[in-house]
Amino acid sequence: MTQEDKLAIRMRHISKSFGTVVALDAVDFELKEGEIHALLGENGSGKTTLMNILSGIYYPDDGDIAIMGQDVAICSPKDAFNLGIGMIHQHFKLVDVLSVAENIVLGLPPSEETKRKRLNQTIRDIADRYGFDIKPESKIYDLSVSEKQTVEIIKVLYRGANMLILDEPTAVLTPQETEKLFDILRAMKADNKAIVIITHKLNEVLAVSDRVTILRKGQKIDTIPTATANRQILTEMMVGRKVDLQIERPEVTERKLMLQVNQLTALGPDGRKMIDRISFDAYGGEILGVAGISGSGQKELCEAIAGLCPVVGGSILFETKLNGVDVAENLVGQTPEAIIRKGISLAFVPEDRLGMGLVASHDMIDNVMLKNYRDHKGPFVDRQTAREAAEEMVDALEIVTPGVRTPIRQLSGGNVQKVLLGREIRSNPQMLMVAYPVRGLDINASFTIYRLLNEQKMKGVSVIFVGEDLDVLMEISDRLLVLCHGRISGIVDPRTVTKEHVGLLMTGGHDEEVGA
Amino acid sequence: MSDYASCEIKRPLVRMVRRPAASLAHRTIVYIIALIGALLTGALLIWILGHNPIDVYVSMVRGTFGKRISFNETVKVTVPLLVTGMAVAIAFRMRFWNIGAEGQILIGGVAATSVVVYGQAIPQVPKLILMSLVAMLAAGLYAAIPAFFKAKWDTNETLFTLMMNYIALKLIMYLQYQPGWQADRTTFPKIRSFTPDARLPRVMGIHIGWIIALVLVVIYFIYVKKTKHGYEISVVGESMNTARYGGMNVGRILIRTMFISGALAGLVGFIQTSGADGTLTESTAGGMGYTAITVAWLSKMNSFAMVFVALFIAMLQRGSSSIQTSHGIPASAASLLTGLILFFMLGSEFFINYRLVFRGRPYHG
Repeated sequence: MTQEDKLAIRMRHISKSFGTVVALDAVDFELKEGEIHALLGENGSGKTTLMNILSGIYYPDDGDIAIMGQDVAICSPKDAFNLGIGMIHQHFKLVDVLSVAENIVLGLPPSEETKRKRLNQTIRDIADRYGFDIKPESKIYDLSVSEKQTVEIIKVLYRGANMLILDEPTAVLTPQETEKLFDILRAMKADNKAIVIITHKLNEVLAVSDRVTILRKGQKIDTIPTATANRQILTEMMVGRKVDLQIERPEVTERKLMLQVNQLTALGPDGRKMIDRISFDAYGGEILGVAGISGSGQKELCEAIAGLCPVVGGSILFETKLNGVDVAENLVGQTPEAIIRKGISLAFVPEDRLGMGLVASHDMIDNVMLKNYRDHKGPFVDRQTAREAAEEMVDALEIVTPGVRTPIRQLSGGNVQKVLLGREIRSNPQMLMVAYPVRGLDINASFTIYRLLNEQKMKGVSVIFVGEDLDVLMEISDRLLVLCHGRISGIVDPRTVTKEHVGLLMTGGHDEEVGA
Repeated sequence: MSDYASCEIKRPLVRMVRRPAASLAHRTIVYIIALIGALLTGALLIWILGHNPIDVYVSMVRGTFGKRISFNETVKVTVPLLVTGMAVAIAFRMRFWNIGAEGQILIGGVAATSVVVYGQAIPQVPKLILMSLVAMLAAGLYAAIPAFFKAKWDTNETLFTLMMNYIALKLIMYLQYQPGWQADRTTFPKIRSFTPDARLPRVMGIHIGWIIALVLVVIYFIYVKKTKHGYEISVVGESMNTARYGGMNVGRILIRTMFISGALAGLVGFIQTSGADGTLTESTAGGMGYTAITVAWLSKMNSFAMVFVALFIAMLQRGSSSIQTSHGIPASAASLLTGLILFFMLGSEFFINYRLVFRGRPYHG
């Protein structure tokens, strides 16, 4: 009995299925007061589902939950909030035009407590107590991503949560910001709050947590004290077998100029300038990494080169052969159709795989022919050739699918990415742009993608890799371009530079290096 | 653990749980149950009105298939529904909500009638061919206007196509007074009847529109499923971003497809004026442009399914007028029955995708 009482949360035999997919299979989970508990697992392991059950978004098919020793049923987010559970989601739910304080009380009944002066004081008290750095009066649109996250955390604290769940909180943060967040988590722990962080990053588990629970394919593998764990043990538990965590960076001696971007300026969908006078070169036989806080212009940079984003200035010169003569073709102002017609073999794996790169409801055959269905003569489409190509891809890339006629949306994230990247590689590109190619992929699939990218590099293809995991970017890239607010804040050699230095470049700390 | 036993837990009574992809058998059963449910609810309604439901249903069926002539009438309603269904479905596949088929039918009728009015010397066969071509061209261009605006300025096609229905309707009301168009020896606003050489010939007692419709069913299927155009339509419908990324000219595809959609509706205008009615009136379209939306959705944009759905809806419409005469049940009650069936059919989708779990299902703790 006394043992039970110390538990903030006890979940027993929690099961949840979505259709035939078993997301959670009789999972147990315990959270103590005053601990930071890491929930570790690959994508699709059920970690977010488990926490969504706790925060009232899903209702379990089976199992029971006790909060502070009391059995409860959590039917809605409101129930969860009444029980003192607060979840900070990956996607923030804030109103841009309102202030920090206004967002924090949004939806609460008006009372003495919510009078502006009193409210601001309460928020400042919370901020002081845990070491947040935020002004209650600032507008949300003026805040950085990490400050917005801070607001989300204060929001749940203000509402009296003593159990906090953070879903992949560091995905959008720079190394410095991550460290700051961890300090805050430690301060909250000292205040006897119970904290869960959902993550798939081993370094973070080891850095901040007290205990770690590992999930794999909807099943709980184990809960262990972090002090007894290391990277290798955790990976094996997470993946289920030994994995080599080393990303290769093969050396290519011959490098050939492939792309010259000069003073490129491009607009986002709302007409704002998203990249501003950017200049760089890309070479065949190298991987050029692109790092930056999300929204620093990575998307627009890729889409501008692919002809999908309005360019207002500058040039994009692509080295190609037209009728056997070497020329530098300017891609600015050309539609993707025109670029394809000119025989410029530019492959692009966009960030939004199912919304741009593929058609989710179509099968693999229809997706494979997306870019070359025009090549077949006559009014009909040639599904036979596309089918053969799809079947070859399934074999070569070990794509797990019930068949080439299965709609793409039914495949797992890793297999979707293999279809997309596989199609782009099949076109024998001179240049391959990939945006966040391993987002949402498990370790195994991620390493397949790294291997494929390295293969392309060895073939002399110029690879541009836009990524978010700085560790990966620094291991795989030959050069690393850092974007900050749509400008290049530095192009560095990842073999010699430190992660902290790149982190500073990402936040614009080294503006003096701009230029070249 | 004594606390645990006495603790009252509030669990939800019913929960929705997503089902795995339903099998064909499962779907069929759900649809049949839905149909039965609709008929039973309809029977209740008829019973409340003071009639014997079985009698009423029997006379509905008899009214549609009982005699040769009533069957012919049913087919005459089915043909335009079927072709208009394909017209809207091709646009819907592209997620372009063309609810302007009504107006496009009327424009097709106006164009066909203009040949009758101004080309009286043309012999029958070339005249009919010219009428159909002009009808398709005019309605196609009429439908391409909202597509052009959507492509250029991203206007809302739903409102745009809807508003254009009224323009077409008013155009006919204007033409009813124009010399050459207005019927002879009358001051009544009415467009002249077509001369026999401007009427569609009959095959097996029904104007040949039914053959045209069946040929179109096959062509539609091939166009949508096998051609590059059909492929482009499906990609644009799913995601314009993907289409652009794949190098498609989205604007051109929008305009081209809407031209085809309008042309099919225009053909209906020709079939109705030249085949069924022998003249052009304000009710030439008669709400078909809207009913066709139901046809397209219920058949999931599949042209072969549309044959049956169109026939079914035509049956309900014909049957309703027949029970009006035989039982004195107002036609509006029959429309209500049509509505019930649609409601049940569309509602049954929920049971295909979800199942309900009730409280009290045993679980282990």
